[in-house]
Amino acid sequence: MALLEIKNLEVYYGVIQALKGISFEVNDGEIVTLIGANGAGKTTTMQAIMGLVPVKSGTITFDGKDITHLPGHKVVGLGLAQVPEGRRVFQELSVQDNLLLGAYLRKDKAGIESDMELIFDRFPRLKERRNQISGTLSGGEQQMLAMGRAMMTKPRILMLDEPSMGLSPILVDQVFSIITDWHKDGVTVLLVEQNAGKSLVISDRAYVLENGRIALSGTGAELMASEEVKKAYLGG
Amino acid sequence: MVTVIDGLSLGAIYALIALGYTMVYGIAKMLNFAHGDIIMVGAFAIFVTFSTLGHPLIAILVAVVICTVLGVTIERLAYRPLRTASPLAVLITAIGVSYLLQGIAQLIFGAGNNPVNFLASLGVVSFSLFGSQINVSWSSILTVGLGAILMVGLTLFVKYTRTGRAMRAVSEDRGAATLQGIDANKIIMITFAIGSFLAAFASLFYLSKTPVNPTFGSMPGIKAFTAAVIGGIGSIPGAMLGGILLGMIETICLSIPAISSYTTAIEFSVLIIILMIRPIGLLGKKRRVKV
Ligand SMILES: Nc1ncnc2c1ncn2[C@@H]1O[C@H](COP(=O)(O)OP(=O)(O)OP(=O)(O)O)[C@@H](O)[C@H]1O
Ligand SMILES: [Mg+2]
Repeated sequence: MALLEIKNLEVYYGVIQALKGISFEVNDGEIVTLIGANGAGKTTTMQAIMGLVPVKSGTITFDGKDITHLPGHKVVGLGLAQVPEGRRVFQELSVQDNLLLGAYLRKDKAGIESDMELIFDRFPRLKERRNQISGTLSGGEQQMLAMGRAMMTKPRILMLDEPSMGLSPILVDQVFSIITDWHKDGVTVLLVEQNAGKSLVISDRAYVLENGRIALSGTGAELMASEEVKKAYLGG
Repeated sequence: MVTVIDGLSLGAIYALIALGYTMVYGIAKMLNFAHGDIIMVGAFAIFVTFSTLGHPLIAILVAVVICTVLGVTIERLAYRPLRTASPLAVLITAIGVSYLLQGIAQLIFGAGNNPVNFLASLGVVSFSLFGSQINVSWSSILTVGLGAILMVGLTLFVKYTRTGRAMRAVSEDRGAATLQGIDANKIIMITFAIGSFLAAFASLFYLSKTPVNPTFGSMPGIKAFTAAVIGGIGSIPGAMLGGILLGMIETICLSIPAISSYTTAIEFSVLIIILMIRPIGLLGKKRRVKV
């Protein structure tokens, strides 16, 4: 059984239909990527899963439980975490406060402490700046913070919406290697990317989203070899 | 000296009320125009409890409970259903709630003045400083002292507790806060509770200055709202600073006979001048506009 299963999902913004009945699934232990051009509906899909936009029809099932209409703050408690598009770290709060907010629902004080140390080991720059106001961090540091904050929720599935956006090539590589490391540690990953190259390499499977519909799907390798994908998403 | 303490005490009252405006604005993104009337309800609660039981501490306790419950109830019944409505609809509703509370008070108590003076009856402290005799009322001392404790407590709460952190998160980005598992509705409810809790103390302190009637909360409400804007609406230290500033200006103006009748005009001029120089208020923060 799939860990996360989306069936015939439809989402509207007013009269505009952003998702026109999409279906896909993420199995336990996989890395799955959604690729698609601007406005294809990737962010909308992520937000619908997290209960941040209302679903018109279709179902979202996580670990056998229907979460289609569950309010966002309850979805997090089930083990879904998201690094949102544009990172959205709390600019006016310190680095440490941001990480603690990730652990908002957790009660295991010792576990929170040790997970925070793990994040700091992974991102020494965040450790040096733990009391700094997050708005003063660089874009790359904010991306690390947003990822660390999501991991502090102790997720079973980590969803990342264009984590490489606006980063230098070196930082992009770093982001992808962190994702694969966390995946090896046992976290299932759902990735959204416009730049398909790097994400397809690390993905077990991928879906191509076009105008609110799934246009194509396959393993990462299959999609990388596909002419359509090459033309539209891999720069030739 | 006396003017300073009286000014601080009026300032503390304005600051306590301004905190309610500013926190609700910062976190729920709305202007709760009924906030001043919660002070009126608190004052009536003190009046009724004190005149029947004669015990000031119980009266204060009753007012605190009633105000807190009232604030949460108003949020739940009147504002939460409008969470996604236009800001104008919320504003009109808040004004409606304000008149509703005043109307109910007038039905029950009539329009007349009801003095409560246990604070005034505490008398004055006299001491000499640099050879001159100084008389400060106990009510002013109590207002400044208790006001300071409440404000320090609130600051520590918002800065260091889990709920305080969640309040700051919801204030900055409600969607991102939801992604951390924070129930924004619950945080907004807590914000109303805290604002109304502080308002109950403002009721008590303001009773030492004027008797309670159905429009008891209007003037301090408007002044405190002004203070919140001067300090930068949404900013907690801003509300404190704005409140103290306005209380000082008002008290100083009133103590100078030549200008005392222009006091309110001077206060609003200060508001306008500050907003011309710094449109976001003294300690207001520029928000990034999200695209
Ligand atoms: N809040 C909104 N109100 C109205 N329309 C919206 C809103 N958010 C998104 N849309 C529309 O829904 C469609 C899908 O948008 P979405 O943000 O999901 O795309 P995306 O694939 O994430 O694009 P990008 O790669 O640019 O982030 C677009 O046509 C967009 O204009
Ligand atoms: Mg997007």
